[in-house]
Amino acid sequence: MALLEINDLHAGVEDKQILNGFNLTINAGEVHAIMGPNGSGKSTLSYVLAGRDGYETQNGAVQFDGQALLDMTPEDRAIAGLFLAFQYPLEIPGVTNMTFLRTSLNAVRRGRGEAEMDAAGFLRMVREKARAMGMDDDMLKRPLNVGFSGGEKKRNEVLQMAVLEPRLAILDETDSGLDIDALQTVADGVNALRGEDRGMLVITHYQRLLDFIKPDFVHVMVQGRIVRSGGPELALELEGSGYGAYLDAGADLQGDAHATSEGVPHA
Amino acid sequence: MSEAKAGIDRDTVEQVANFGGENYKYGFTTEIDADKAPNGLNTDIIRFISAKKEEPQWLLDWRLDAFERWKTMQEPDWAHVDYPKIDYQDLCYYAAPKSMEDGPKSLDEVDPELLRTYEKLGIPLQEQEVLAGVRKVAVDAVFDSVSVGTTFRDELAKVGVIFCSFSEAVKEHPELVRKYLGSVVPQSDNYFAALNSAVFSDGSFVYIPPGVRCPMELSTYFRINEANTGQFERTLVIADRDSYVSYLEGCTAPMRDENQLHAAVVELVALEDAEIKYSTVQNWYPGDADGIGGIYNFVTKRGDCREARARISWTQVETGSAVTWKYPSCILRGDDTVGEFYSIAISNNLQQVDSGTKMLHLGRNTSSKIISKGISAGRSSNAYRGQVNVHPKAANARNFTQCDSLLIGDKCAAHTVPYIEARNISAVLEHEATTSKISDDQMFYCRQRGLDPEEAVALIVNGFCRDVLQNLPMEFAVEAQKLVGISLEGSVG
Ligand SMILES: Nc1ncnc2c1ncn2[C@@H]1O[C@H](COP(=O)(O)OP(=O)(O)O)[C@@H](O)[C@H]1O
Ligand SMILES: [Mg+2]
Repeated sequence: MALLEINDLHAGVEDKQILNGFNLTINAGEVHAIMGPNGSGKSTLSYVLAGRDGYETQNGAVQFDGQALLDMTPEDRAIAGLFLAFQYPLEIPGVTNMTFLRTSLNAVRRGRGEAEMDAAGFLRMVREKARAMGMDDDMLKRPLNVGFSGGEKKRNEVLQMAVLEPRLAILDETDSGLDIDALQTVADGVNALRGEDRGMLVITHYQRLLDFIKPDFVHVMVQGRIVRSGGPELALELEGSGYGAYLDAGADLQGDAHATSEGVPHA
Repeated sequence: MSEAKAGIDRDTVEQVANFGGENYKYGFTTEIDADKAPNGLNTDIIRFISAKKEEPQWLLDWRLDAFERWKTMQEPDWAHVDYPKIDYQDLCYYAAPKSMEDGPKSLDEVDPELLRTYEKLGIPLQEQEVLAGVRKVAVDAVFDSVSVGTTFRDELAKVGVIFCSFSEAVKEHPELVRKYLGSVVPQSDNYFAALNSAVFSDGSFVYIPPGVRCPMELSTYFRINEANTGQFERTLVIADRDSYVSYLEGCTAPMRDENQLHAAVVELVALEDAEIKYSTVQNWYPGDADGIGGIYNFVTKRGDCREARARISWTQVETGSAVTWKYPSCILRGDDTVGEFYSIAISNNLQQVDSGTKMLHLGRNTSSKIISKGISAGRSSNAYRGQVNVHPKAANARNFTQCDSLLIGDKCAAHTVPYIEARNISAVLEHEATTSKISDDQMFYCRQRGLDPEEAVALIVNGFCRDVLQNLPMEFAVEAQKLVGISLEGSVG
């Protein structure tokens, strides 16, 4: 059974339809990259999958680990193991990073019927993971994302992911705004989580990230659907040619670019 | 955090969770034969109360004097609250559990039913129940009109600290009571204070001798149990020269359909170099979701930094009551005195809060700080009313006021009413105010991390209140944090 299976998804916000027949299958152990120009609907896809209020599905279905994902509350999706690293992480004044992490982990564990983690064990675990992300204790004591630089916010998203150990991680432009060192750290964090049981969906605008996180599959998204899928070489190709060719294609592309990991259609 | 305490907290949360829609954990009543005065307010009732307590003539006269003044006064109507007219002749002004009639000589003689009530509230009245490892907290428990017992008195007596019920203080330390009673809140200060002065029943008394740092937290728990009974307690805390005390006050009441009146007076006196920290977690029954029942909390709290370098700090977490009318204040009389007010006021459903503080700068180089966090949810109304007053002789007065409001939903209201009066040009007064809402994006972010909407609101609100929560003694801070979450249940979704 696939970890995530998106079938013919049509969804949007208010009256605007943004996803137009989106198809994608991710199996456990696979890393997929979605690339596409600004405004192609990449963040919308991540929000629809995570269950943000205000997004309507007109058509299509999403199965996550055998469950009908779109029927679940956002927190139940998180408990089921879906994690979204936000393109724009939110600030919560007065709530320390540490408190947020603990509240989150305990909520997820409780939701799974697991015992909450004891305070000492939690502290040790978080400190270790934070260090791996190049974050010092001071950053754990600061209010969540308040006054964090762009890079610090992104690292912090990856730290949360490392603590929650999700089944499926969606990273929405986690690379944007990062210098090369930060990019390396973030990529190391992501790579450390790659594993047999885990799927990843890496959304990016630039090919650069994929030098650090080697995807198994690359998809090009234009105007709310995947217009081409391939292996890592597709990313390199895009670096050379840009999205130009696809922008035109996207407009009149009514075809059946159904991307699956079993059989990647070659255009 | 000790395990024992954490255990209590977990119970708290579970009990609340198991309450089947009703969020108020303390809503049980206790079946106890009560000794009640007939309803109504007149000099006979006042004489009855005074006689019950075997008071000296001067105190009876003081009460009767207060009553005469009260009769000439009008109930205040300037607050941003709205409630049906109270019939003061239809209230009971004295109720005591019957078994107290002969006066228990020690906690061992206290009615076991009463002890169980306090156990349910999580307040250990047996000293041995205060487990090793937990910081000691001496407790005075007030049930309806009387104090049912004070713990750790012997240990406190060793260092000269007096901590007892107000009634006992009248008998055993009349000179202190007579000297300080009404010296901060005079009988005719306001309508409710005058009423309290006439009919006050019991409360706590604290005296810290010169140079003594009180070795443990002192704490009073108030509980209204009898139906249709007002609670009029009187608390007097005196910190003599160069002494320190931290005092905690907690309050609960059963769920009842009728409203109940609580009109307390708290007076604090800090002499030279003394410091008093006074913390309140007010969790009176707030009424149900439709605004039926609940406590009217009309309280006068004032501290007097009477001599040089005295400090008084009020910290309050107000989550309960149907209507709250409360302005803990500081008179900065001595030179170089400091007054502080840290407040969290939460209103949900149809609760109404009008609360704030007064800082009265009289001495030179006095400074005050006000941090107010108002949270409104449901259809509630929440007003901060603050006054900073600098007397012409108060050279170099300083005040910093930070007043933040957080709105949850769009049917509630927040008001900020700051009055500033500076009659000395050297005064430096700063005022900052913000109003914010919990954003949908913040909610989504928290829910994406596994928190349900109520947990998310509780987390965000606790963050909003952090500056104030940090000022509470540790034992209270954890309880208060839970309370913040509980009192906002049902405010989202
Ligand atoms: N809340 C919204 N209301 C209306 N249009 C929106 C909203 N969010 C996104 N869009 C539009 O949907 C399209 C896709 O946006 P988005 O998913 O953010 O793209 P990407 O992440 O690929 O840059 C854009 O045209 C954007 O303007
Ligand atoms: Mg985007």
